[in-house]
Amino acid sequence: MSAAQWRRAMNGGLRHAAGSSGQPPVRVQASAVASGAAAVDPYADSDAPRWLKFLWRTLSARHVLTFGLALVFPFVATPFFTFQVAAQALVLGLIALSLTFLGGYGGIVSLAQMSVAGMAGYALAILGASSTPISLDWPWWLAVIFAVLIATVCATVIGWLSVRTEGIYTIMITLAFGVAFYYLALQNYTLFNGFQGFQKVYPPHVLGVNWRDPLPFYFLSLFWAMAGYFAVKWIVRTPFGVALQGVRDNPRRMAALGFNVVAHRVAAYAVAGFMAAIGGVLMVWYNGLITPGSVNTGWQINILVIAVLGGMRHPIGAFLGAIIFVLLQTFAIDLIDRERFNLVIGVVFLAIVLFSPDGLLGLWAKLRRRFGSDPSVTSPSHRQ
Amino acid sequence: MIEETTVKMTKRIWIHSVVGAATAAALTSVAWAQGAPVKIGVLATLEGPFAAGGADGMRGAELAIRQRGGVVAGRKIEMVRASSNANPDVAVNAVRKLVEQDKVDLVVGPLSGGEGIAVKDYSKTQPNMTFINGGSGAQATTLQNPSPNFFRFNTEGAQWMVGLGKAAVDKGYKRVMVIAEDYAFPYSQVQGFMSEFCRLGGKVPVKAWVPLGGKDYSSVIARIPKDVDALLVVLGGADAVNFLNQYEAAGGDKPMMGGSITVSQDVLNYRGKRRDSLVGTISAGPYADSFDGADWKAFVADYQKNYPVSAGGYPSPSLFALVYYTNMKAALDALEQVKGDLSGGQAKYREALSKLELKMPTGTVKLDSNRQAIGTTFVTEVVKDSKGDLTTRVLRKVDNVDQMLGMKREEFQMGSRDVPACP
Repeated sequence: MSAAQWRRAMNGGLRHAAGSSGQPPVRVQASAVASGAAAVDPYADSDAPRWLKFLWRTLSARHVLTFGLALVFPFVATPFFTFQVAAQALVLGLIALSLTFLGGYGGIVSLAQMSVAGMAGYALAILGASSTPISLDWPWWLAVIFAVLIATVCATVIGWLSVRTEGIYTIMITLAFGVAFYYLALQNYTLFNGFQGFQKVYPPHVLGVNWRDPLPFYFLSLFWAMAGYFAVKWIVRTPFGVALQGVRDNPRRMAALGFNVVAHRVAAYAVAGFMAAIGGVLMVWYNGLITPGSVNTGWQINILVIAVLGGMRHPIGAFLGAIIFVLLQTFAIDLIDRERFNLVIGVVFLAIVLFSPDGLLGLWAKLRRRFGSDPSVTSPSHRQ
Repeated sequence: MIEETTVKMTKRIWIHSVVGAATAAALTSVAWAQGAPVKIGVLATLEGPFAAGGADGMRGAELAIRQRGGVVAGRKIEMVRASSNANPDVAVNAVRKLVEQDKVDLVVGPLSGGEGIAVKDYSKTQPNMTFINGGSGAQATTLQNPSPNFFRFNTEGAQWMVGLGKAAVDKGYKRVMVIAEDYAFPYSQVQGFMSEFCRLGGKVPVKAWVPLGGKDYSSVIARIPKDVDALLVVLGGADAVNFLNQYEAAGGDKPMMGGSITVSQDVLNYRGKRRDSLVGTISAGPYADSFDGADWKAFVADYQKNYPVSAGGYPSPSLFALVYYTNMKAALDALEQVKGDLSGGQAKYREALSKLELKMPTGTVKLDSNRQAIGTTFVTEVVKDSKGDLTTRVLRKVDNVDQMLGMKREEFQMGSRDVPACP
């Protein structure tokens, strides 16, 4: 069976049995109805380019609304909210998205995503410009390309080494990689500059724009966050993505069907690594520095917290989780003026996960079911 | 309590404004601004490895405000707390929130070295604000690309060790091995010791850099040469006790010298067999518990009154309480001098800060051209008191210690693993 056939079979199955594709076709019809333009897909049989078909099928009213809000937001909000809350949430969301992709669609929970982002960050700081003499001062674009490349290769190697493990063992081995990288960065002085790391790693001035100003940096992050979001939505509908979900649901069966399970998983690590690497470059530019503290165990787990908080069923969950996470990190200290504000953060996390094992997305689905608009067009609860 | 005074002050200011507005419509915004509260953001590490120190730093800063009754130049003081975890990125996020969201007038903080450098870099993007250090002691903060609006009224790691080199030579130590943690603060400490010790003819044949929070010192102990006269141990509290235990188990007998944060209460409470050999251990730092200056005793008493042990305070103010107190006191004294006037991008205020001669419990502090403190260092020695407990006594008080450690600015190099060297 070819991958294309497999995909058709999967989609066909979904119509009846609520299978497990990222985007069940039911929702496509729902959005077409909602927009009121046409009940049928006008591109169904035409020769329109594939990306146009893809956009038509993927975009719905709420995408346009969200995008509109995201565009207007920085002009209404203060620079502080634009930079520290929104841009930081987008960057962290992008890194968490790489975990959502791995976990939600590949069934692989990797704790090394922040380390991959950190590798990109360190590579950028070492190859590009910083206030430390170790930096090689390459032009920024070359440094960025190599940083992303190096981190993606590292992510692939991590994937290749941990691919034969499952479940909790994957978590353990990727955690081990992350901790190893943290100590390498902490104790190596010739390359990583040890405890002090690299200061003054700033985004370049291009086209007369200082990309570290709140507004340009926000749009830079927004661009890459959206690119990541749509890339995930697109990938999970490609033959590769559908096969990956097959691997997640039943690897033995997929192997029996002739799919190379290991190759699919390693490729998923590579794709996720690429996304995390871009997130890592943005993260370093956001902070303006990188130290071992940016890749410690706390941050590795924070990324998992963000992904779980938002919900792993849909790529938007990563960004929702990141917004909640950043808001709590920033403002929890105002709620309780003591040394105990981390308690607030913990309690909120606990409450969300307790009341909805699927994070905010699950909470939203629950609410919608309860006050349900029209149960026939909403997607089934076990969609993933 | 500061909260109570705040409430009272708010009421008073409210009445002031109402009365003022009723009597004279010509009450201008300038006059109003004089009575408006001054918001001071304080950043310390309330999480992470230095959480206990950060909490005591907050106490120190608050003590400086309480001593003024919560008012400076007729303006109520509002303290806005922020927390970090000793990571520079977290510190910058917290400071950015203080400045851009909470709209504070001044920032006092952060606590640790890497954070200080990062906040100093951030301060350049806010030229109309004034940043005053909290407890951070990295040399680079004021030596490399200093920021015109970042002030540090505490002396740093290298300055804290001035005087120890001479004390070592006086004790007859000619060859010393250094055992220190592998990051910026111990580099500075070792430099502060060695620059003086080497100048006086001492030799340091081996320097062992160990990881922060290390548990196993056996490989370091094996490297201690037979012919050294003493060990300089620059390790944090628990690490120092670990080292002592293992050194004792290995049968070591060299006398010790300690860094500024090494000879802490942990070490003095050490109960091992080598306990008596700790007597005579010398170290140096920006303060000494046993200093008998009247101002210092008054400061300690004030701290103990405000923060009794039952309320979470220490028996005696810690280093972090002292440095946060120092910097907050400088911030308030300068505010008093300019009569609370922070207009014009705080230019007048910064002028006043630069010229400030700060009267501290430990001595007078003034700033150099990089806005770094020139202050006092104490050399102390561990002694046994009448009850048989170990305590410290002040051997010598060195005034006017500057960041160049007595060298010329051109020939001064920042401390690192290999600088300075005299094998």
